Amino acid sequence: MSEWWTYTLSDFLMFAPRTYYRMIELYNVAIWPAQLVAAAVGVAVAVLLAGRRGGRDRIICGLLAGCWLWIAWSFHYQRYAQINWAASWFAAAFALEALLLAGVGVIAGRIALRPAGSVRCTVAVVLVVMTVFCYPLLAALTGRSWTTSETFGVTPDPTAIATIAALALAGGRIRLLLLIVPVLWCAVAAATLWAMDSRTDAVVVAGVAVLALWPAIRGTPATGRLVAR
Amino acid sequence: MVGTCFRVRPRRKITGMPPPRPVVPARRRALRVLAAAGAYAALRPAIAGEPRAVLTRPIPSSGEPVPVVGLGSWITFNVGSDPVARNACADVIRNFVAAGGRMIDSSPMYGSSQDVIGYGLGKAALAGRVFAADKVWISSGSEGREQIEQSRRKWQVNRFDLVQVHNLLNWQDHLPTLFAMKAAGQIRYVGITTSEGRRHRDIEQLMRSHPLDFVQVTYNPLDREVEARILPLARDRGIAVIVNRPFREGLLLRALARRPLPSWASDVDCKSWAQLVLKFIVAHPAVTCAIPATGNVAHVRENMAAASGPLPDAKLRERTIALVEGA
Repeated sequence: MSEWWTYTLSDFLMFAPRTYYRMIELYNVAIWPAQLVAAAVGVAVAVLLAGRRGGRDRIICGLLAGCWLWIAWSFHYQRYAQINWAASWFAAAFALEALLLAGVGVIAGRIALRPAGSVRCTVAVVLVVMTVFCYPLLAALTGRSWTTSETFGVTPDPTAIATIAALALAGGRIRLLLLIVPVLWCAVAAATLWAMDSRTDAVVVAGVAVLALWPAIRGTPATGRLVAR
Repeated sequence: MVGTCFRVRPRRKITGMPPPRPVVPARRRALRVLAAAGAYAALRPAIAGEPRAVLTRPIPSSGEPVPVVGLGSWITFNVGSDPVARNACADVIRNFVAAGGRMIDSSPMYGSSQDVIGYGLGKAALAGRVFAADKVWISSGSEGREQIEQSRRKWQVNRFDLVQVHNLLNWQDHLPTLFAMKAAGQIRYVGITTSEGRRHRDIEQLMRSHPLDFVQVTYNPLDREVEARILPLARDRGIAVIVNRPFREGLLLRALARRPLPSWASDVDCKSWAQLVLKFIVAHPAVTCAIPATGNVAHVRENMAAASGPLPDAKLRERTIALVEGA
């Protein structure tokens, strides 16, 4: 890209905001009632995070992997790529994240999440619950039709935030590998929303993502059981 | 008032595009402009009350007239598979052509815009009535022809009138391909594009070194860098000029909306800021066609209305600049 310093965020926005939200509206109609199933998955993730059930970490990673794979195919590749050629790459990144969650978290079992009861875990649970139940309200709160609501598990922004919240409880460097795609996505999403003049949405995505990332930023937990197995 | 304008020729059904014509010498072009301007002035009283004649400018390399207002497709036609939005875009294309518009411009970089244009042209059977301008935008030189063919299929046209190297991306490989396609009759004109003032030195160099038919640049009352060198060079070299981003993607009009339209705008038959800005642009003698993008039927009608009537002279253009810069 020549003379890159002359480009602004809006130069990379190749669709109108109304086109983007109309795409989400049509997507919501097409997949209904998958949103309810996805919300149930989100509740399951929150409940598992808050509990001490055996195999919880593997199950959480498996559920999140399913969500990321669904979004890669159904949202990015089939729909978003129609109006944004970069979405094909987003689809590949989301599929990669799904593979990482499945491979590292489910098959290898190398993701060990901080057990319930800690402050950080409580924060993560609250964030996941809010992502599932409150994030869809953002559309109405910012003056858009409720049909453009973005739901955990089927749309990328709330799914990435919830994934960051969960993975930030993990120990060891392996978590950093799994956090790359969700964090990058939140940055891309916030920038896109900002360029679309959806400033409130942009601030919410960036702000909540940073909040969700907080436990990871604070460093690896000291206790041995919390580090990667 | 600037009188370098033409009555549009009676519409004829175009079943096959004519072969490229030889380059017209500058003196002959000037004579054509003067003759047409005189004919227009003589006819004007007679056509009062009739539908307004669309102003055209000749493509210097062929003399073929092109209406001075065209239709861009960046962002506005990238609506994906949404049937409501696609039909709205089809209505825009139908109204654009009905108002005398011809040049539609797109690019493989514009997401679903090419598909949407093809849908609109097919729906109203307009493929033969537009001047189809597209671009090649791919790093690999060997894949240029394939991309142009994919674009042509999306447009649903027999061939492109004009193919431009988008933002000069790998022009070294693409320009020879485009000139070969022109020689083979697969396209009619060859061009290069840039926007927002980028790579003007390269644009100038290519304008001097290659037999280009078209160059596409950004030009409006705020972005006037091209006035210094590129527009004069285009006149000297006989290169048609397409103007993109006439409204800075709408930002310019939103800024101007706070101000009342000056009373003298009516002297050049302008009823809106959009029309005044468009007339400012196409009044420059080097400009062939401005291509505002819109997905709104009312806006396309408003834009096409700017392609008729008197154009601002140098004094009114200066006043336009002063007003716009103060907005």
